[in-house]
Amino acid sequence: MSDMMDDMDEGGEGVVKKFMFVNRKAPHGTIYALEGLEVVLVSAAFDQDVSLVFVDDGVYELIKGVNTKGIEVKDFSKTYRALEGYDVEKLYVEKASMDARGLTVEDLIVDVTVLDSTEMASLMAEQDVVISY
Amino acid sequence: MLNIVNKSATERNSLESALRMATKGSAVLLIEDAVYAATQGSVAAAKIQSAMADVQIYALGPDLDARGMSSRILDGVKVVDYGGFVDLVTEHNCCQSWL
Repeated sequence: MSDMMDDMDEGGEGVVKKFMFVNRKAPHGTIYALEGLEVVLVSAAFDQDVSLVFVDDGVYELIKGVNTKGIEVKDFSKTYRALEGYDVEKLYVEKASMDARGLTVEDLIVDVTVLDSTEMASLMAEQDVVISY
Repeated sequence: MLNIVNKSATERNSLESALRMATKGSAVLLIEDAVYAATQGSVAAAKIQSAMADVQIYALGPDLDARGMSSRILDGVKVVDYGGFVDLVTEHNCCQSWL
């Protein structure tokens, strides 16, 4: 049993795949953003190579200065800052999506890499699994 | 007429339709993800600004706060709380929710 555990710990038989989660929805109007974030945390627990991408209204998920008291829902924006602790450190935003919303990286709650659409397409093309919300 | 819009203008066309059919002197209330349209730098901001010549635009404050957008609201857009939302409903003879 302990040998088996050792194998699992080392990921001996485990396959590490490149997982990309594509976030395209604003945070509170639908449940997609929150549920997507939950799945990211689950996948991170399985030691996968996880990238998070924010395009279209998805960039709104990362805005600073959120106060959800008035609408009585959970403020999960702070969870994005905790992703580092789960070794989820590859966060990307698309420049065109930011520009269309008048946003800059200064408006965001976490450090991100800004990619143009071509770079984003290349990054998507090299994934094993892409899950889009 | 009070026109109520709740979807993001960069995801659906409901704001565009509401503004197109809102008559002079009517009101448009932005709630939930629709509030992004009334923020500085948004591609929908120009549409809101040109519509303000004929209609009064309102945005729900708690929804702006929850999205970190309160400080980015466009000049001329009136921010209301839930009580203000109720007042708007009672002040208008009819409401239309552009779902």
